[in-house]
Amino acid sequence: MSERRLPPVTQLAMTSLALIVAGGIYLASHIPNPVPLAPAIALLAASALLLATNLLLLARVSDFPWRHFFDVAKWALLAYTIIAGMIEYAFLRNHLKGGALVVLTLSLVVFAVHVPTLIGFTVARFYEPESAPGPA
Amino acid sequence: MHDVAVDAPTIATGHAPAAAPPEGADFEIVPRAGLPIIAVVLGLLIAGIAVNEEWPLTFLHVVGGAAWTIIDLFLGFVLGPIMGKLSIPARVELTKRLMPKMVLIMPTVVTVTLAAGWQLAVHLGTVQSSFDLHGWVVASYIVVGVMAIIALGLLEPANIAVLVELKKHRPNPQVIEKLMKRFIYTAGATGLMQVATLVIMTKLASG
Repeated sequence: MSERRLPPVTQLAMTSLALIVAGGIYLASHIPNPVPLAPAIALLAASALLLATNLLLLARVSDFPWRHFFDVAKWALLAYTIIAGMIEYAFLRNHLKGGALVVLTLSLVVFAVHVPTLIGFTVARFYEPESAPGPA
Repeated sequence: MHDVAVDAPTIATGHAPAAAPPEGADFEIVPRAGLPIIAVVLGLLIAGIAVNEEWPLTFLHVVGGAAWTIIDLFLGFVLGPIMGKLSIPARVELTKRLMPKMVLIMPTVVTVTLAAGWQLAVHLGTVQSSFDLHGWVVASYIVVGVMAIIALGLLEPANIAVLVELKKHRPNPQVIEKLMKRFIYTAGATGLMQVATLVIMTKLASG
């Protein structure tokens, strides 16, 4: 049995998701009072940095099965874009605006990119060149 | 700290030949027949948020939340332990029939519950920090947040990956075993979190 070392994509993605969830809870728990945006911005920035780190680390993996990654990730991206769009719609429907809207929208972007990345990675890491796909 | 990808041989190493999954499983990872139903449900959600009235929002939140809670509890505490004790061929057969439906049902149920719940809370004013039980509301954000991280980070990727593995001509039993174990453990964890959700939601409903 051969082993291929891979970056800690799952751990980084879960930490990134935890950071944007924490930012969302921080903002939501202060409604309707004005709240300093700095903690939420810091959490979002850290989350986005982890996303960038994850993509960079993955890009540096030699012989990573990118075709299999994108086969799954593109459909997951479509699904999670729809989910993020629904959440954004709820924000806009409630007249959310200003800095809070920007922070929450960018958080949704991180969410909608990171989850498909994680799904594509989990599928691609188990790809074995000798195993052909079955019937569609 | 690194993940380790296992390039295991495609034969059923460590298992009796009869325990190997069947070759080239014929099923859809995302059942296309279910997509129109999902579109209708999401359409109802958009309409419910747009009209912003108590009854449709309560209906969507309660129906979605009940389905989410029951599915998580059933998977975590009833079906999960049963699956863990099944033979590999039996587990594969169950997985091929159950998991594609979960790929459609769970994200939809979660989206409907959370979006309708948030809108309902805005409508009723329970998201306001002046609300008497604000601490309980924040606790519900935290419980849902933890469940979302577990579901999105571990459960959903494992679900998709096991289905892709089963689509191969010669699925690797070791990969399926590893992913199913992850699925069963995370389903149990979210099942436990659902108990906390029940406590919080019944407290909020009863005041």
